Order: sequence, then structure tokens, then C-alpha cells
Amino acid sequence: MMSSGDAIQSVLTPAGTQASSIHHLWLLMLWVMTVVFILTLGSTAVALMRGTRRTRTGLATPSPRAMTWSVATAVTLTVCVLMGLLIASLWTGRATASLRADSAVAVNVTGHQWWWEIEYEDAVPSRRVRTANELHLPINRPVVIKVTSRDVIHSFWVPSLQGKRDLIPGYTTAIWLQADRPGRFRGQCAEFCGLQHAHMAVDVITESEHEFEGWLDTMRQPGRDPPGPAEQRGRDVFLHARCPGCHAIRGTEAAGQIAPDLTHIASRSTLGAGTLANTPDNLAAWIQDPQHAKPGNQMPPNPLPTEDVHAVVAYLDTLR
Amino acid sequence: MMRRTDFPSDGQLEQLEQTWADPSGVYGWFMHVDHKSIGRRYLVTAFAFFLIGGVLAALMRLQLSRPDNTFLDPDLYNQIFSTHGTTMMFLFAVPVMQGLGIYFVPLMVGARSIAFPRLVAFSYWMLLFGGIFLYASFLLNAAPDVGWFSYPPLAESLYTPSKRADVWAQLITFTEVGSLAVAVSLITTTLKLRAPGMTLNRLPIFVWAQLVTSFMVLFAMPAVMLASTALILDRLVGTHFFDVEHAGDALLWQHLFWFFGHPEVYIIFIPGTGIVSTIISTFSQRRMFGYLAVVLSLVSTAFMGFGLWVHHMFATGLPQLGESFFTAASIIIAVPTGTQIFCWIATMWSGRVTVRIPMLWILGFFAIFVVGGLTGVMLAAVPLNTQVHDTFFVVAHFHYVLIGGAVFPLFAAFYYWYPKIVGRCLSDRIGASVFGLFFVGFNLTFFPMHVLGLHGMPRRVYTYPAAMGWGNLNLLASVGAAVMACAVLLFVVDAIRALVAGTVAADNPWNAGTLEWATTSPPPNSNFPRLPTVSGREPLWENPPNQPVVVGLRTDARDVLVTHVLDAEPDHRLLFPEPSVWPFLTAIAATILFIWSIFTPWGVVYGAIPVFVTMVGWFWPKSAQEGGTPLWPFAHRTLPRPNEAPAGGVI
Repeated sequence: MMSSGDAIQSVLTPAGTQASSIHHLWLLMLWVMTVVFILTLGSTAVALMRGTRRTRTGLATPSPRAMTWSVATAVTLTVCVLMGLLIASLWTGRATASLRADSAVAVNVTGHQWWWEIEYEDAVPSRRVRTANELHLPINRPVVIKVTSRDVIHSFWVPSLQGKRDLIPGYTTAIWLQADRPGRFRGQCAEFCGLQHAHMAVDVITESEHEFEGWLDTMRQPGRDPPGPAEQRGRDVFLHARCPGCHAIRGTEAAGQIAPDLTHIASRSTLGAGTLANTPDNLAAWIQDPQHAKPGNQMPPNPLPTEDVHAVVAYLDTLR
Repeated sequence: MMRRTDFPSDGQLEQLEQTWADPSGVYGWFMHVDHKSIGRRYLVTAFAFFLIGGVLAALMRLQLSRPDNTFLDPDLYNQIFSTHGTTMMFLFAVPVMQGLGIYFVPLMVGARSIAFPRLVAFSYWMLLFGGIFLYASFLLNAAPDVGWFSYPPLAESLYTPSKRADVWAQLITFTEVGSLAVAVSLITTTLKLRAPGMTLNRLPIFVWAQLVTSFMVLFAMPAVMLASTALILDRLVGTHFFDVEHAGDALLWQHLFWFFGHPEVYIIFIPGTGIVSTIISTFSQRRMFGYLAVVLSLVSTAFMGFGLWVHHMFATGLPQLGESFFTAASIIIAVPTGTQIFCWIATMWSGRVTVRIPMLWILGFFAIFVVGGLTGVMLAAVPLNTQVHDTFFVVAHFHYVLIGGAVFPLFAAFYYWYPKIVGRCLSDRIGASVFGLFFVGFNLTFFPMHVLGLHGMPRRVYTYPAAMGWGNLNLLASVGAAVMACAVLLFVVDAIRALVAGTVAADNPWNAGTLEWATTSPPPNSNFPRLPTVSGREPLWENPPNQPVVVGLRTDARDVLVTHVLDAEPDHRLLFPEPSVWPFLTAIAATILFIWSIFTPWGVVYGAIPVFVTMVGWFWPKSAQEGGTPLWPFAHRTLPRPNEAPAGGVI
């Protein structure tokens, strides 16, 4: 029944150590519960058959003593099974809670209505990387994600890698994870956060250490200068419209901090936190009326002349 | 025990009926205090809200039936899911269970009336006005849109500047006032108005369930009242309880809300188990196996229910050791519930079972509730919880628990007690179809949601992209919802048909053992022309033929026998209040205060004046000459004296 999408946002296709342990716990629970379900419903069916037969044929009544023993045994078994599951749960909890590694990649994820601000930490402030809505992670290396929120409560959840963690304003908490295979995954806000809760996804790319470092280096570059007159014009329109009030493109005067950083917008695969594929047409439509695809989001419509929009799109498209 | 020849003379009976009658006419309709009348109103009103909440659910299923659907915009969708949850929890599930308690607890304990009948009438009006207020807001595009949990900061005025969050918070106030008042009345009825001989050890399990639930209401509701009041204060007068910018705390809300919210689940589910015990016992024609174990299970569930709230907050990042305690508590609460299930199985195993329509619903309850209970144990495990929390897996889980654990028993109760309430029977043939459609429709709707959640579909999303591959299962769920809707519609048609055309019910059509079947169907105004006494847990099965009845109560006044808490020995007599319009007027005044206070804090100040005036009217004492009660405790703390007939007569 599930088609193409299931592999990128599923608890059942883990791509990391933590998600794998949880998946094992799920399988254990599923099998134990299936057996318990069959036993309980089976005894109900037998009880029903014996009870109705007694009504018809006057079957002998079991002794209260035998009944008491049966119920007591069932309760004792229940307690034992539950204790086993409790231990399995605590065991898995211990395995998934932390990695305590020095070599961890540290990422700060901050929730906004309705997008993700992502910052890679670095001891050298200038080497920090600030981006949005797309998370790149190296495989086989611990990652610590420190989460908080700037407005309401959100929840960061990439099921292929780890359980969710709420982003609560006023609190910063950390989750650990480690991806074990390269791939493209998807996460989605899991705590109701208002009008566009449905359109708050994050793309996650797990890749080799080498590719990851290369990506980080690219991200550290300022936005590239326009290569031709069309893009030049696009940059001028961008800087003179109201765009810089909210958005930043490093290397230009645009330094707004309340909306996604656009320095490398063209390198991202989606727009509007997973709302649209990042194509020039979608980008043009988004700039003109972001309220169409994601009604209620905080970006206002931009009634620019069509040629100006195309110039801006041409410029943004060079920001890889 | 209640042979026709035992009845007092016609004249006395007539006078007794007259004494306990509610006034007729349109004006009289607002004065009713009879617990049967109020109980019927509760059941009908709560069921109406169930239907309205169901329509909202159907709208959501239409929207989600295919990806990228534009049938509902996000603003309306968010109002609909918030109103659906709020309706089902506060206007349906709790009131409908309390309605059953209001109608049946006095009958099952052999009392003439519920304790504090005017207070119960007042509660009903608060429920009705609260519900009208919510749906009036819905029609004015001002329904809550921040979920039935209303988490700040989203519910704070910065992010929800409209009145929508205030509407939610005040609806809570309406329903809390009502349910607290009913809880007090049910506790008092159970502890002080039982038939002589009905020691606590002989209390019907349904009444135990109502008693335990009512105590849970007393302890759980104040937490959410505190929380919702703090939220209103934040929004109305600028306090900063939950305002992070001003040293408030967003997590504080969640602790307070779930300290109420988790017990709330048991407030809904425990009466459901009471129904299951009652019906299994009747249709197995034997006393409940393991009465003591079942009662202790109810009590221990209630205690433990207050220690689980953090499992709604496992994703917030609380310390791991602390979370472990709540995991353990959440897992262990399965033990008392399991014990009850085993006792039910043992009762059927050793009884003489007949499967009638109520029993079908109980068997459906077994299949569905067990699934919900088992996924509940899964959710208690922190690691698994962090994966499936706030996904459709949880939506599936709690519908299996709440529809399985409360709505299935409730339908069983409707079929079981309809003859007693109405005096006519629902159709067996239609009943089987209703059950079949509902059972199949339910599983089609909610089982696929487990899979959707595991495949990453979060809750409370108004749409989803086609590329996620969630379309087929969502369509299946929507088809299932349509089947469920057909079942409910068929039930409503049959229930209306049976009001006039159902076969006339006998006094005890199921050959049950509890006291509500010892009187006519429907019961007379005084419940029992002669108050029964009991000498066993199932009086109609166990009382000897020469079981005495209570004599010496007045027929010309609302004379009630009050008994001792533990052993139900007669204690004293008490005159109960007459019908009155003041509870209705007080409820109107309180409604004005609650709604006014959404707009200005002065609403609380000036709105208190009419509340005060109506309460004075309500409690205005009558002199003894006007038929009022002489000053407590000097009179009427006497036991019935058959030889000493007061004016007006006794029976």
C-alpha cells in the first residue's frame, strides 16, 4: 500500500544507530503484543463458547478454586511480560540517549513558524555555517543536535535517524544521533505549531565525511557575485525590494535574520520548508505570492513586474 | 420482593408520585430536578454532541482522503480538529458517562433521588450553555484552533490574537464546573443514600466505577481549571505564567494540563469498565467473578492514573531517570486493567452466557480495547514513544482506547438500559447491523492509522504531499469513517423509531440482578414506591422472598432515607429540595459572567452580581409553615417510625 515516499520518512526503514535500536524494540513489542492479543482474544472466545454451551446443555461449572488459580496465573504472567518489556525499553533508552563523543558534529536547530534555522557550530566563529531547511550529516560520526525555538513549540523529527525532540522556547535540549548509510531523508515538524504545521519539513542528506566537509566549505563561502547583467539586475532588484528586511545573503548588504538565509538557496532541493520543489518556476511563483502554496506563512506577496521576478530568480539560481 | 401486593394503597401511591413529580409545562420544563429527567437530558445532549463531533471528524476524513486536497483551508481545518477533540472529551465522553451515573446510580443504590438535585440540574444547564457557546463561536469563525490541549506559547495572545483560545479556555470552565458538581452529587449519593443493607461490599460495580471516577474528577479537574485560568489571565490581563519572554514557562502548562489530561482518559474509561462488568454479569447470569479484585483494580487504576502524565511529554527532553519512573508507572497500570479483563473472561467461562445485542458490543469492546491497551504499553516505552508520539499511530491508539473502552461499552449500555429508560426495546435485527457496520467501519478507519504513523505521518496536518505515499491508506480510513457514520445513523433512526414503536419492555427484560430492574420500566417519579433493602450484591437474584422494605417515609414531602457510609444502616431522614427555576437562572448568570470575562476583566466583577442574586434566590430558605426544613440538626435526624404517622401519611 505504501509507495515511493515510505523510505524517506519512516520508522520502519532506519538509517542510523538510534533509529535501528528503536526499530528492534518495535519489532520485539510487535511480536509480544501479537501473542498477547491472540491469547487474550482466544481465551475470550473459549469462555464465550463454554458459557453459551452451558446455557444450552448445562455444562458443569468449574470450581471457583480453579478459576482463581487461572486468573492469578494470568495476572502473574502479565506482570512478568510487562517487566521484560520495561527492561527492554530502559535498555534501548540507554542506547539511544547519548553517545558522549568528542568528535561529534554539533548542529543548532531553531524552530520558527514555519521553517527550520540550522547552524553548524565551530570553535572559530567565522567558520560557523548558517542555513535553513536542509540538514547535511556525515555518516558514521556522532552528531549532537541542540534544539530550541524562537516562537512556539515545534518538534524535530527525522524518523529514519532518531526519535523526535520538542523545540521549546526558553529551553535548549540536545539529542544524539549517528547515520550509518548515505541517503536522502525527510523530517517533519511533529508538534502542532499553528496554521502551516503541515508544511514544515526538513530535508536531510547523509553523506560521506569527505562530501560533508566539502559541503560545509561551500556553505562557508559568501554568496557568489552575479556572473552576468541579468543576474546583476536580479541582485539589484532583490536589494532594493523589501527582501533584505528579512533575508540574508552573505557578501551583500542583505542581512535580515528573521527568515531563511539565502546565501546558498540554489543548493537546496525544496522551497518553503518542503512545500515546493526548488525549480525556477516554483521560485518565481513563490516570490510573487508565497501565500498561494503555503497560505498564512509570514512572507508577504511581492507584486514586482514579471521581468523583475525573473531577474531575481536568475540571480538566486546562481547562489549554489 | 416487589410483588404487586406489597404496594401501598392507590391513594398513598398517587400522593407519593405527586410529591416527587416535576412540574409540567414550558415553564416547568426549566425547573426539573428529577435525576431521571436530568439524566435523560444529559444522555441526549451528550449524544447530540457526539453526532456533531462526528460530523467534524467526517469533514477531516474528507480533507485527508487524498493528498494535496483543498476541500478545507488550514484555518478551518485547525478549528475543526480542535473543536472535534474538545467536543468529544468535554461535551461528549465525560458528560455521557456522568449522565448514565445521574440516571442509574440512585436507582442502583435504591434511592428516591440523587443527592443535591438542584446542583445536578444546574450542571446540566452549564453543559448545555457551554456547548452552545462553543458552537456559536464555531459559526462565528471563532472556534478554538490551537488543539484540545491548547499549548502555550501558541495559545498566547502573541500567536493567537483572536478570541479563539479564550473560547477554548472558557468552555473548559463551563464543563469543569458542571462535572465537579455532578461528581460531588454522585459521591454523596453513593456514600449516603444507599438502600439499607447495601454495604460497600455489596455496591454494584457500575456504582463503584462511578464513585471512583467522581473522586478522580475531584482531583484532576482543579489542575486544568488552574491552567486554563492562568492562560486566560495571561491573555486578558497580561500575567506571564506561560510567557517565555517574561520568565514564564512553556512547559509548566504541559505538566498542569496532563496532570488533568491523563486521568481524564481514565475518567472516561473507568465508567466504561463498570458497564462491561454489569453487562457481562447479567448475560452470564452469575455474580461478577473476582468482585474484590475488580473493585481494587478500579481504585488502583485511579491512583496510578495520576502518576503517568509525563508520558505525554517524553519528547520534551526531561531527564532520562525521571522519564523511566513514568515509563514504569505507565506499564504497570496495565496490570489492574489486565486483572479486570481476566475476571470478565472468568465470569463468562463459568457462567450461562447468552449473546444479545449489548453483549455483542462487549465482545467488540474486547477485540478493540485490547489492541488499544497493547499499543498503550508500546507508547510507555520512551524510545518508541519518541518515534510515534504526535503521529497517526497515537491517533489510532487513543481511538482504540477511547472508542473501544468507552464508546463500545456505551452502545452496549444504550441497548441494555434503553428499555428501562424508555419502557420500549430497540430492535435486535437493526442492532446487529449497527454493531456489524460500526465494528468494521471502526477498524477500517483506525487500523490503517497505525501504519500511517509508523510511515511518518504526523498528527494535525491539514494536508500532505502525494510523494509521501500516504494517500491510499488515508482513503481507506475515510471509507471506514463513512461506514461508521452509516452505523450511527442507523442507530439514531432505530432509537427514534423505538420511542413510539418499539416493543414494550418488561420491568426486568434481561433478568438482571441490580436494583434498577426492581422497579417499572420506565421508573415512577419516586423510583421505588417502597424503598428496597438488600441482602446481597445482586439483590434481585439473592434477596429472599420475604426481604423487608423501608417503611415510614412521608408521602406528602420529599422524604429521603440517609444511611451510614460503610454499612448502609439507616441514619436519619432528610427533606429534599423541590423543583426550582433558580438553577437555570443561576446557570444563565454564570454563562453571562464566563462569556463577558473573555472580553474584559470587568466582566468578572459586574458579572458576579447576577450570579450572586440568582444564588440568593436558589438558597432562599422556606419557613417551616411554608413546608420548609426546620433548622438543621434539630429535626428530621430521626429514623422512620411506622407507628407514628405525621400528617400527610407515610408508607
